[in-house]
Amino acid sequence: MMATPESANVYRLRPGWRLQWEQAQGRHVLLYPEGMVQLNDSAGAILGQLDGQRDVAAVVANLQAQFPDAPAAAIEQDVHEFLLDAARQGWIQHD
Amino acid sequence: MTDRTHTAAINGATGAPLWLLAELTYRCPLQCAYCSNPLDFAAVQEELTTAEWIDVLSQARAMGAVQMGFSGGEPLVRRDLEELVAEARRLGFYTNLITSGLGLDEPRIEALREAGLDHIQISLQASDPDVAAAVAGSPKAHAKKLAMARAVKAAGYPMVLNVVLHRHNIDRIDEIIALCDELGADAVELANCQMYGWAHLNREGLLPSRAQLEAAEATTARWRERLVERGRDMRLLFVVPDYYGERPKACMGGWGSIFMTVAPDGAVLPCHSARMLPMSFPNVRDQGLEAIWYDSEPFNRYRGDAWMQAPCRSCEERHKDVGGCRCQAYLLTGDATATDPVCSLSPDHHLIEAARREAETATRPIAALTLRNVHESRVFCRQ
Repeated sequence: MMATPESANVYRLRPGWRLQWEQAQGRHVLLYPEGMVQLNDSAGAILGQLDGQRDVAAVVANLQAQFPDAPAAAIEQDVHEFLLDAARQGWIQHD
Repeated sequence: MTDRTHTAAINGATGAPLWLLAELTYRCPLQCAYCSNPLDFAAVQEELTTAEWIDVLSQARAMGAVQMGFSGGEPLVRRDLEELVAEARRLGFYTNLITSGLGLDEPRIEALREAGLDHIQISLQASDPDVAAAVAGSPKAHAKKLAMARAVKAAGYPMVLNVVLHRHNIDRIDEIIALCDELGADAVELANCQMYGWAHLNREGLLPSRAQLEAAEATTARWRERLVERGRDMRLLFVVPDYYGERPKACMGGWGSIFMTVAPDGAVLPCHSARMLPMSFPNVRDQGLEAIWYDSEPFNRYRGDAWMQAPCRSCEERHKDVGGCRCQAYLLTGDATATDPVCSLSPDHHLIEAARREAETATRPIAALTLRNVHESRVFCRQ
């Protein structure tokens, strides 16, 4: 069984961290004290959904609406896996 | 401009500088005996103006720099720090302030926060005021630093502390970590001082023995376990001195690769130590940053691997560690193109082994360290 995050959890970036689109790099980056994570497209899209209000279910639904051509189940799995991994690495947290 | 970046990308040559370190001033109320500023810092008189710094920030940001540090000397000495932070943040930089905490007070923390400052890192010298005073040459600094660390946290910033370790404080690492814990730190860098600048001058009085180093690492490991048991989130980063590595670090990720320092007078350097190399660096008062980064001879001198000597030249790891640190090679061998003697494959590695042996029996007391101040610096200023 894959672990999944609670669908009602509201994840947000770790305090003091910032998500930013970098035109020069052509990608989103996650900025933190004296460091930077260079994100791929899907990581950038998922983190861009974390506005401090949306829960996991809403993030999944939004991205499914945004990418109607991709299989809905695959998007859900990507979001779940990414959020757990990002939380484990300390990029994001929830209450 | 776009063309050049484009060409570089195709050639796999030079990428953008992602990191800008703005050394706003060499002035500092402290006199730390391991300071990384150049020995002859007192020769630098004309600091960049506010307008010149704003121009530097704007040029660097346009080139793709996104992380930046305000450092020095003590950056708080500059009364325009808040204005520069506000401009940097407006441009989209992630702004880090690297400070001793001296010159900080609650109103200034608030002003910096309003300017959009993202992060503050405060340095501590030791767990107790006596050692701190002896190393930094100021009896009052320690108490002030502790108060400011608390104030930074109260203002909503994570408390990130940097403690520079050396042979006179490393045996007290247990007390140092306990102090950081009690202060409520979120992260602590336990950084053994690296032997450049003033630290190299004072090496015999600073480099710990291997036994000291191993004991400190073991203590740090025990603390990590205890912190986890307590559910306390305080990250401990232990930085080993280069002199005890077997392979060199990829210094700055490679010369002129991702990192750019602008010194107080506008000199542009591939790292904050490089100024002591026997070469002259371009200045933002004479040239644009983009031309300096991509086209100047100093920035191109140690890019790639054509400059390397044996054993680096044919080494399989040469792209992993880029031959180590040019400053360290120069300081130890007199040749900046030599393999960093830290590497056990270097023909000069015996110099590192000799320094380690010296550290086993060194007796230079803390009071005999040469403090970093204008008076001492004048000795090193070129006539």
